[in-house]
Amino acid sequence: MNTAKKGWGAWLLISVVILYMGFLLIAPISVFVKSAFKDGLSPVWQSIIAPSFLGSLSLSVLIALLVVMVQVVFGTLIAWVIVRQDFWGKSLLNNIIEIPFAISPVVVGYMLLLLFGRNGYLSPVIDWLNIKVAFAVPGMFLATLFVCLPFMIREMIPAIHNLDQQQELAAATLGANQWEEFWRIIFPQLKSAVIYGMTLTLARALGEFGAVLVIGGGIQGRTETATLYIFRSLEERQFIQAYTMSIFLGAFSVFIVLVADRIKRKSKINRFH
Amino acid sequence: MGRSLSRKTPRSQISTYLLRIPALLYLSMMIIVPLFVIIQDGFREGIPGLIHQITLPIAKHAILLTLWTSTLMTIINAVFGLITAYVMVRYEFPGKRLLNAIIDLPLAIPTLVTGIMLVILYGPQETLGNFLLEKLRLQIIFSPPGIVIALLFISFPFVVRNIQPVLQELDLTQEKAAATLGASSWQIFWKVVFPSLALPMLSGSLLSFSRAVGEFGAVVIVAGNIPLKTQTAAVYVLGAVESENRLGASAISILLVSIALIILITANTLHRHWGAHR
Repeated sequence: MNTAKKGWGAWLLISVVILYMGFLLIAPISVFVKSAFKDGLSPVWQSIIAPSFLGSLSLSVLIALLVVMVQVVFGTLIAWVIVRQDFWGKSLLNNIIEIPFAISPVVVGYMLLLLFGRNGYLSPVIDWLNIKVAFAVPGMFLATLFVCLPFMIREMIPAIHNLDQQQELAAATLGANQWEEFWRIIFPQLKSAVIYGMTLTLARALGEFGAVLVIGGGIQGRTETATLYIFRSLEERQFIQAYTMSIFLGAFSVFIVLVADRIKRKSKINRFH
Repeated sequence: MGRSLSRKTPRSQISTYLLRIPALLYLSMMIIVPLFVIIQDGFREGIPGLIHQITLPIAKHAILLTLWTSTLMTIINAVFGLITAYVMVRYEFPGKRLLNAIIDLPLAIPTLVTGIMLVILYGPQETLGNFLLEKLRLQIIFSPPGIVIALLFISFPFVVRNIQPVLQELDLTQEKAAATLGASSWQIFWKVVFPSLALPMLSGSLLSFSRAVGEFGAVVIVAGNIPLKTQTAAVYVLGAVESENRLGASAISILLVSIALIILITANTLHRHWGAHR
């Protein structure tokens, strides 16, 4: 583009962007990394080997993996139905799937509490089934499922749109059943979108805080996820613990999103060649 | 789309419903049932009861604080998002690829961690925070400017990523024609380029506003939870839930959900509108 001659206006704009992003994004991230390792590695290591650290981290990972698995199945299914099928109320559906992005996580947790909590609307059912949802892991799983709902669907809709339907028809003509058709023809084309959607879901699920705080209560050793561990450590002024877990979560989320970005870009390049 | 290709055999009819019914059931169980429950609960004492809860001094302050900090953030974010997108698409400079990758980080970093980062940077122990507090008497942490900065951090990608693809696909011949006819680059930007970017900018801004109104993790850390001072609406809901003030929690939640829905539908409508014109 017009990169050959750049007037003072261009350089002014470039410096504005660099300064703004430097202050807003780069400064907090770098100061944070610096202060987490301020006292060296041994206090960091001390907090990692504490049982509550590993316990809360594994609860987060468990919930996030479950959410990703459910979301892959239902996200793909919903996207498929939206792209390939026509029915009454479909345009309404397009608005509905974005709702979890817009609703405050605290409100999400509260809605589940109204459903499953003491005197909740569904408490007779819950009592009859004899399971605990509020202030327990199932409720936290549901809350995380809610906030992560749109990611997979939004990745899958364009991918399903771009599918080559000639290949499906050819396979059907050659006598493939629908199951074979899906796994041999459709799935390979959707693979990179599935991976990207899974990654975004995983990152969002690991970082969820408000919704799991309200529905889970953050009971140490029972419903404490990694983010709730950070919150409790801050309140107890155990800053190194809080920073260590934050570094863990932040670095991991950034890492997987960057990897997913690479995968996505690669698959785009392949498509054009 | 795809209709002419679909096979209308009985087998595919059955599988159509086998796919559609679970998909719709899942969505309605996950989204519509909880929404319905919260509306039902908030209107238990009728509209006067709802209004009473919203206009209680502490609740009202929390709502107004949320609205004005989100509005201020949205304006700043729109301006800098536009400039950033323009610079990223139109100019080459050292470090551009790194900056372009950094734009997405706020989406990956948990917002609670964002809050901690800002507390460290602007807190009194750190050089910058100390300087602002001592020399400029400007308190960032536990005060509204901190809320605005936190909201700016988490919503930075929305406007930039909405404008970038539109700017990339923009036809350069119009700009060249305008330049040939003697328009200044300032005129070219406002008369030729900006009109195509206005809608994506607006819809990105609306999305960031709706995100900001509900934001919790970053705000609760940066602003604390001081009623009538730094307590935002989402933090107020948490307090109401913890003190078993069920009506209050439901009322403010309904307000938050309504704001979010109105903005979401507006943004989607705009998006479709501008998509149709392209």
